[in-house]
Amino acid sequence: MKSAIIVFPGSNREKDAEAALTRISGTPPVLVWHRDTELPKVDLVLVPGGFSYGDYLRCGAIAAHSPILREVKARADKGMAVLGICNGFQIITEAGLLPGVLQQNAGLKFVCRNVNLRVETSQSLFTSRYEKGQVLSVPVAHHEGNYFADERTLDELESRDQVAFRYCAPDGTLDSAHNPNGSARNIAGVFNRTKNVLGLMPHPENAIDALLGSTDGQGIFQAMAEALAA
Amino acid sequence: MSVATAKITPNLIAEHGLTKEEYDLILEIMGREPSMTELGIFSVMWSEHCSYKSSRVHLKKLPTKAPWVIQGPGENAGVIDIGDGQAAIFKMESHNHPSFIEPYQGAATGVGGIMRDVFTMGARPIANLNALRFGAPDDPKTRHLVSGVVAGIGGYGNCMGVPTVGGEVNFHPSYNGNILVNAMTVGLADADNIFYSAAAGVGNPVIYVGAKTGRDGIHGATMASAEFNEDSEEKRPTVQVGDPFTEKLLLEACLELMATDAIVAIQDMGAAGLTSSSVEMSSKGGLGLELDLDKVPVRETGMTAYEIMLSESQERMLMVLKPEARDKARAIFEKWELDFAEIGVLTDTGHLVLRKNGKVEADMPVAPLVEKAPVYQRPWIPTHPQPVILANKVKAPQDLMAVLKTLVGCPDLASKRWVWEQYDHLVMGHTVQRPGGDAAVVLIPGPHGAPVGYKALAMTSDCTPRYCQADPKAGGMQAVAESWRNLTAVGAKPLAVTDNMNFGNPQRPEIMGQFALAIEGMAEACIALDYPVVSGNVSLYNETNGKGILPTPTIGGVGVIADARRSPKIAFRSPEEAIYIVGETGGWLGCSVYLREIERREEGAPPPVDLVAERRNGDFVRSQIEAEKITACHDVSDGGTLVAIAEMAMASGIGARLEGRPKESPNHAYWFGEDQSRYVLTVREADAAEFEKVSRAAGVAVRRLGTTGGTDLTLAGAGAISVAELKAAHEAFFPRLMGAAK
Repeated sequence: MKSAIIVFPGSNREKDAEAALTRISGTPPVLVWHRDTELPKVDLVLVPGGFSYGDYLRCGAIAAHSPILREVKARADKGMAVLGICNGFQIITEAGLLPGVLQQNAGLKFVCRNVNLRVETSQSLFTSRYEKGQVLSVPVAHHEGNYFADERTLDELESRDQVAFRYCAPDGTLDSAHNPNGSARNIAGVFNRTKNVLGLMPHPENAIDALLGSTDGQGIFQAMAEALAA
Repeated sequence: MSVATAKITPNLIAEHGLTKEEYDLILEIMGREPSMTELGIFSVMWSEHCSYKSSRVHLKKLPTKAPWVIQGPGENAGVIDIGDGQAAIFKMESHNHPSFIEPYQGAATGVGGIMRDVFTMGARPIANLNALRFGAPDDPKTRHLVSGVVAGIGGYGNCMGVPTVGGEVNFHPSYNGNILVNAMTVGLADADNIFYSAAAGVGNPVIYVGAKTGRDGIHGATMASAEFNEDSEEKRPTVQVGDPFTEKLLLEACLELMATDAIVAIQDMGAAGLTSSSVEMSSKGGLGLELDLDKVPVRETGMTAYEIMLSESQERMLMVLKPEARDKARAIFEKWELDFAEIGVLTDTGHLVLRKNGKVEADMPVAPLVEKAPVYQRPWIPTHPQPVILANKVKAPQDLMAVLKTLVGCPDLASKRWVWEQYDHLVMGHTVQRPGGDAAVVLIPGPHGAPVGYKALAMTSDCTPRYCQADPKAGGMQAVAESWRNLTAVGAKPLAVTDNMNFGNPQRPEIMGQFALAIEGMAEACIALDYPVVSGNVSLYNETNGKGILPTPTIGGVGVIADARRSPKIAFRSPEEAIYIVGETGGWLGCSVYLREIERREEGAPPPVDLVAERRNGDFVRSQIEAEKITACHDVSDGGTLVAIAEMAMASGIGARLEGRPKESPNHAYWFGEDQSRYVLTVREADAAEFEKVSRAAGVAVRRLGTTGGTDLTLAGAGAISVAELKAAHEAFFPRLMGAAK
């Protein structure tokens, strides 16, 4: 799998993502600077976490209009895989690759902790290594992770199997006590219609080593490496 | 060359925080009346904050050398050799006064400032810690201050992408009008690529990079050197405003430039901004410096030389470059969209010369400005000793388990989850021990950021201010020992400390006495434990309306772990393991949390530290950790042994069955006494006999306390309490105080 990570001024988890991609796929990703207009030929583009352009104006809003994002969008429309994590999720949502928006957390505070994620489908190139209904432990670290869309969009996402992960209790039940940010229907990650684009708030790249707390994030990287193997 | 002099009135001198004697010295150095700009420069350079004029004579007593110390105090941060060609660079610094006036920005810029101190020296910051002291929980300002400070620390550190991995939060009414915000950063650099501030090479260009200069923070250093009163709110304009995004760019640009050999010297603009950075670089290099202030990137129009030199706008650096590297350097800063301006040149005159609009605004000799800075042998008196409180003079409680529940839920011992969940403690992907343990542990990143092995750094911040108040020398010693103990408890070899001395008004002999004696105690402990001081910061005048804070010498410790896979956590690992206490328990209740929270008495002599036992016990525990014999480990500190055991149980959800105490000690003194140099640890039952044998051979006192297991904490003869009930009490305090649902 050939991959690229887009680096914006203010990105801060690009190295975590680089480490995860390298460790699991065996091939180091190419780092692409935000001013570049040319995207190398890759199978996957990862838009990492951080505070792109300081998150001034609105999270991800400025990055969504960068020249490189136009290129990413064009390739995604042709089927290239795109994974947006945290700020990356905010950016690709702002760019229109995914429906909905990420609002400020309901608790109005930054939240960093391990959460339980229920896998909603194994039918995607990102989640094929998981069982539907499996509960993962993966950290979140964000201030604007409260996913919102109108009821019709949410219904549509559900009916088209576009919800990837939901926040849940350790046993997989859905309740508000285990929703760290107040997101609609406990949604933690969503696909586009063709399921080649995934955006999620939690950080699978920080859940690949038992010594650091969890290995449950490995599955996403393994699944991508398998599906996108040259 | 003539400098336009101003009309310097006694009022103006006083407003600049200078005494008549200090002004006379200025006249002697200058041989004439100073200009306004010159007066401003003298004022900030001779402020307590920049000159250490009250503390210098005492700080000299601290040990600062060891074979692994690369750079001790005097640079932007301390540097130690951690092996494999790498160095750890770290420092702690206070931002107390600004954080009280404007908590979010005050705390945020404190974090920004300390990170700059570390990356100025060529290190990538890999972890942040903070030590916070607030007033009483029910003081009307406390919630506002807690909320603002925590959000400010998170706002800056999270955006920088540096994990905030540890720290401490305490409450005491003595901080009602003067909170403490001490921030620490630990960075990592190649040992052969450290950057210093001494300028060199006459004719070399002086470069300004980073954010533009505005009118914010003028006289911040002077503010930090005076007491507070009711009018302090009016000092809000002296608080700087932070922009972590710009600092993130500055960090990346500086590290990119530092990978080339362009830089001769570099200094961040912290307190006293362009003044202290230019004076420090030129004085350390023994050179003169000419600056054209018209070339300084400014945010506002019409700024005077005085304002430009005294501004404390954030996210700025001053560098001396090799002339041939100019273009390469400029290209890097332009890539990161930061200002890059050549504002001056190094000269051989030994003078700092400042021009603005073609006029010379200042022309002053650098050496006497630094070397003749006043140094005071302030008079001091020792703290009145407190009586030792005997255990049998403290009433025994009805219900030991009810006391335990009260203690684990009291403000100082309650869970700080509400605080550290607002800090990104996982970014960079190397956090092994998250907040809530004895010390934070982070894997050492390799060249591409990702950890390459299991070598790790451990770090902690510690101080027990109530001990320091009762007996500053014993308290200073205890703060160092506790930090050494916390690092040991995670299996680290403690290497060096940074100190952040927070005290009241040094012009009061009893305060100066606290300072002098705390230093004495710290020095003794640092020497006995081979644990030198490599950097630090002094914050005096922490008083409001003449009432001082508890003396608070915060100690930030750093150690190294060869293999983090062996590092134990405080959580019990498995049921049916043997629980031991290492170290002697006498049942010392004087100055304890028990006495304060249960008996409402803040009195008595604090527990003494036997430094020989401290070292013996710690070296033994570390050797057992390295031999992989220890499955969980926790130092015993605030609240004593039973609180330590409860914390281990709450962290794991596993309970414990505890046997009775030795007969000679009353129950409450045995379980809640705060005797020093102790650890609670667990050993697999199969290893227990061997563990006892090895400890005897090492001459270390160990005693079996019981066995892990179940979901209750049971103490023979005193009843039981469920771990879940303890945890509910432990987690309740912060959300209740801050009115948060979750």
